[in-house]
Amino acid sequence: MSGGVDSAVAAARAAEAGHDVTGVHLALSRNPASYRTGARGCCTIEDSNDARRAADVIGIPFYVWDLSDRFHDDVVEDFMDEYAAGRTPNPCLRCNEKIKFAAVLDRALALGFDAVATGHYARLRTGDDGLVEMHRAVDHGKDQSYVLGVLTQDQLRHALFPLGDSTKPAVRAEAERRGLLVADKPDSHDICFVADGDNAGWLREKLGDRAPNHGGQIRDEATGEVLGTHEGTYGFTIGQRKGLRIGRPAPDGRPRFVLDIEPVSGTVTVGPRERLRVERIDAFRPRWCGTVPDRLEGTVQLRAHGAEHRAVVHVAGDDVRIELLDPAEGIAPGQAAVVYDGTRVVGSATITAAHRVATDGATDGPTDGPTDEAAAGATDGVTAR
Amino acid sequence: MNTAASTSPVYLDHAATTPMLPEAVEAMVRQQGVPGNASSLHGSGRQARRVVEEGRERIAHALGCRPGEVVFTSGGTESDNLALKGIAWARRARDPRRTRVLVTAVEHHAVLDPAHWLADADGFEVELLAVDARGRLDLDAYRASVERDPGSVALVSVMWANNEVGTVQPVREVVDVAAAHGIPVHSDAVQAVGALPVDFAASGLDAMTFTGHKLGGPLGVGGLVVRREVEVGALLHGGGQERDMRSGTLNPPGIAGLDAAVAIAVEGQAGHADRVGALRDELVRRVLEVVPDAHLHGDPVDRLPGNAHLGFPGCEGDSLLMLLDAQGIECSTGSACSAGVPQPSHVLLAMGCDPDQARHSLRFSLGRTSVPSDVDAVVAAIGPAVERARAAHRGAR
Repeated sequence: MSGGVDSAVAAARAAEAGHDVTGVHLALSRNPASYRTGARGCCTIEDSNDARRAADVIGIPFYVWDLSDRFHDDVVEDFMDEYAAGRTPNPCLRCNEKIKFAAVLDRALALGFDAVATGHYARLRTGDDGLVEMHRAVDHGKDQSYVLGVLTQDQLRHALFPLGDSTKPAVRAEAERRGLLVADKPDSHDICFVADGDNAGWLREKLGDRAPNHGGQIRDEATGEVLGTHEGTYGFTIGQRKGLRIGRPAPDGRPRFVLDIEPVSGTVTVGPRERLRVERIDAFRPRWCGTVPDRLEGTVQLRAHGAEHRAVVHVAGDDVRIELLDPAEGIAPGQAAVVYDGTRVVGSATITAAHRVATDGATDGPTDGPTDEAAAGATDGVTAR
Repeated sequence: MNTAASTSPVYLDHAATTPMLPEAVEAMVRQQGVPGNASSLHGSGRQARRVVEEGRERIAHALGCRPGEVVFTSGGTESDNLALKGIAWARRARDPRRTRVLVTAVEHHAVLDPAHWLADADGFEVELLAVDARGRLDLDAYRASVERDPGSVALVSVMWANNEVGTVQPVREVVDVAAAHGIPVHSDAVQAVGALPVDFAASGLDAMTFTGHKLGGPLGVGGLVVRREVEVGALLHGGGQERDMRSGTLNPPGIAGLDAAVAIAVEGQAGHADRVGALRDELVRRVLEVVPDAHLHGDPVDRLPGNAHLGFPGCEGDSLLMLLDAQGIECSTGSACSAGVPQPSHVLLAMGCDPDQARHSLRFSLGRTSVPSDVDAVVAAIGPAVERARAAHRGAR
């Protein structure tokens, strides 16, 4: 129970369904702040108290479990390492894989519980083959199956998502009706451990003198020309347009986007939007929810709240190759590709390389300029909640 | 998980708060409906003042001090803060060299934190005095610390008995060393009053903390006994109540409840200690039969009669606490919490435990309402709980 409305209603529903429910708040920060700031919805003492009050109202026991060391080792360190390597990680997937449905679930099972219930928006049902299937939530706007795509059959068998059939407004209304004081608490959007939402500032401080902090050059992909300098590659994500601070406009006057990040040399390569278009993706470390496919025609989602792309997925052991039938833009290594068959989550894998659609050069790009949404969307990968 | 027992809980957390004595409830409730500010000069005021002063007299009689030496406060934390800060300030005001504050490493946070505050924010130096593996003050190290430069010591604070592991401290010896140099000694005796023989005058102490809710009195009222000759700077300034040491309207209902509880607790101390001590010994013996590698922390003999602080290797205390709570058995990990997150106990760390050992403990504390069936319930539940908690701990490796 994070202290937010979703986990509070999930706990209430689980209890009402007749389960013997115990509320657990995860202490993930080694030095929790006293009060919420900005858009965060967990990890402060105030949030812990909100969760406790929700448990009181529901009438279930409540405890705080200190998982700050595990969270730091498995999620925060990984987040820094991935950025140091020039990739764009999604810590929420990592937290679900390593903390909520691993460390917490293992401890819960050992202590005699049967399952971990969370306030995630996703649906579970048992298929004809007896396997537990995970499907997108009814509320597509709130669907969180993407960040759960790392869960294996074993984990799904011990998971409950009581909110999957509801819309967010319905959940808020139910919280109000149940007398849960968190009913109107704002949704959280940022990474929980980046206190003020300033991702770049956080990385700058935490990465210290590791390579991505060394600064480097911003180069044009086509001409090789140095267009500017930067303070560290941690501040960039593939597909990013804003904040490049390139003094000179491109010769054709069109905006330039981050195409590639090389953390060791510190080189950030930029180019026109059409060079972001990707038709094939390599990925590794697959995690399958059920049966392991070897070839599948379905869809893939490449970032939290991102669009679905029709795709053919080829699996060979630890390697996954994804042929995109609808090209995607601004694909960042480190992000998860989650594979769907209709609404069902098949599994996920971590993107290692994105192969661009061949173009004749920077002169035959699309005529319409990119929208701000496109640029903003590219950073979604690290703000999944 | 089993659902919490529908019957009343097995309450074994008396060291946190023990239920109020019926006599204390009655005395307090009776006074609640009576108007009057004890500082007012009219009849109602005099009536309220009489309740306060009669309470002060009875408490003084029970604790072995003079009525004028009892300063009523809101409880243990305030009393400890008043003693540490108030005495340190007054001592330094008399002689600016007196800046060393000596406290044992196993004090309650209500002593440790004011001591650290004096060091961090007010120019004092705090010295944490070492304890042995049983949690008892190392007297040689203490003596060396004092004698290194007696003229620079502002005060010494040593608790009468430890709230976590139950170990009784050598207060008399501490006072003897300090008295030779005219150094005042404070003792937090909140766990001791009613559980051990406590006589302020005989102890030689200069100040002593006690509180209502640890001995069958109400929450939110307690006191600091301060020897007449000891100067104490005030924390709360205002109407000048309580010898100008503690301003604030006096609390006749709370004091009435406190008075009744202290009188009964001290009067019945010996019998209480015998009965509860025997029950505690049986709990320890039978738990060790069920879990042979468990062990008792603290001094095996010289300890609070109701305290059973047990280490269960390979477990986390908070797992055990949760499993027992689910069975209606209420105890404590005995350590301080921040946001409900259990930290390794500073007491166990000071006793030489490593952080893992410091997390594997449970404190059962028995009190006036404890009965043999409470022990039976713990003995029946502890084996399976330890087994599960160990499995959870192994999984977390």
